[in-house]
Amino acid sequence: MTESAAVTGIGVIAPNGLGTEEFWTATQKGISGIERISRYDPASYPTRLAGEVTGFEAGEYLASRLLPQTDRMTQMALVASDWALADADLDPAAVPEFDMGVVTASASGGFEFAQNELQKLWSKGPEYVSAYQSFAWFYAVNTGQISIRHGMRGPSGVLVTDQAGGLDALGHARRHIRKGTGVVVSGGVDASLPPWGLVSLLSTGRLSPTDDPARAYAPFDTSADGHLPGEGGAILVLERESRARERGARVYGTVAGYAATFDPGPGSGRGPGLRRAIETALADARVTPGAIDVVFADAAGVRDLDRAEAAALSAVFGPNGVPVTAPKTMTGRLYSGAASLDTATALLAMRDGVVPPTLRVTDQAADCAIDLVRDTAREMRVNHALVVARGHGGFNAAMVLRAPAAD
Amino acid sequence: MTARELTIDDLTRILRESAGENEGVDLDGDILDTLFTDLGYDSLALLEACSRIEREFGVKLSDDVLSEAETPRLLLEAAGGAVPPAARAA
Repeated sequence: MTESAAVTGIGVIAPNGLGTEEFWTATQKGISGIERISRYDPASYPTRLAGEVTGFEAGEYLASRLLPQTDRMTQMALVASDWALADADLDPAAVPEFDMGVVTASASGGFEFAQNELQKLWSKGPEYVSAYQSFAWFYAVNTGQISIRHGMRGPSGVLVTDQAGGLDALGHARRHIRKGTGVVVSGGVDASLPPWGLVSLLSTGRLSPTDDPARAYAPFDTSADGHLPGEGGAILVLERESRARERGARVYGTVAGYAATFDPGPGSGRGPGLRRAIETALADARVTPGAIDVVFADAAGVRDLDRAEAAALSAVFGPNGVPVTAPKTMTGRLYSGAASLDTATALLAMRDGVVPPTLRVTDQAADCAIDLVRDTAREMRVNHALVVARGHGGFNAAMVLRAPAAD
Repeated sequence: MTARELTIDDLTRILRESAGENEGVDLDGDILDTLFTDLGYDSLALLEACSRIEREFGVKLSDDVLSEAETPRLLLEAAGGAVPPAARAA
């Protein structure tokens, strides 16, 4: 019997809430964290709205020794990992160091730190660049800093698959648990909203130019004209289920199934790989489509991508066959943080029997035949949830989560 | 270029700015002969501090300084700074 990976701790930092409960309260009520970018004047950029995390002062949580060497995304990841471990009631000092690993996802790296240092490089010279630039902007830096902070020296790594990364990291964490590691801290946190980060994101051509926070980023709507970026994410504590049970830990749910696929190259004539990812994840979880109670959608907010996702869901579940939601309409797309946060949200939905809403959809496209949970939360029992994520460049991932009481 | 000499106060300020301060360490105490490693500073922290000293005080520190200047006193000496007399043990 293969060991299951149980989620025993959640740490959330999101544009609509600092900490799991603040985020979850706002999310159930449909409170959005999307506003005009405030940290610099975005007037000259084609996208001016974003989900910024407000009220996060790293110095309140982290020692001064860490601040000069960390990007904002790392500071958030460290604090979220502290919160997740506390939530799991797990003291890393009491666990053998090689029995704990760290697997995070990253989509861009420490762009705020890096932009500051690169500006010094070209305006003042190389002697002005921080020595900490050597690692502060690396993809793997969140994994490394979490590992150092908690003395976690077991199997660790980073996955870079854009928005799919938040699931790919959790899937990889499950692999380590199946191979025998007791605890893996996993998830994704990104903060790529400074000008350099925003410009990089603009290159995808998928960001909304709309200026009205009440209308921009409306996935599956006829007016969909792109998504909005956000910052933050979630860090989860995954644990060997038998270990969690033995120590009497509270279990939010288990990772029942996971799969990743890659889209065929352009011009191949073959369809995208999303449907196959979903079907493979369901098979991995040994459940039929009918067992899935709710889907947390990727929700690209781009017409043809929305259509493709709705088509994949309709093919698996039948038209309007399962409730679908996209709480990321309240945070913006968080890149590596998005699917980890969706996973956390799905587990909270299971805990409380509430599926949070999708905002801003007023004219759902006829070619998106999905039962979208719109505007207000839907109270319902959730035993199995499916989280879907797509990354720019062809990445697809799907994960089935199972409630602790469900069999 | 400034002609000002690097003092221990400058050094502690630069260490704080460039690498922060470890909990449980009092940089304002008598640290002249304390190993940087005991103050919680690794080679990267010292690399960053030396870079700032070079910029601010117009001195050039050799690559050996990082490995050889293991205490604030040795670093002040290497940077041609103001070195207080050693507190000799009796």
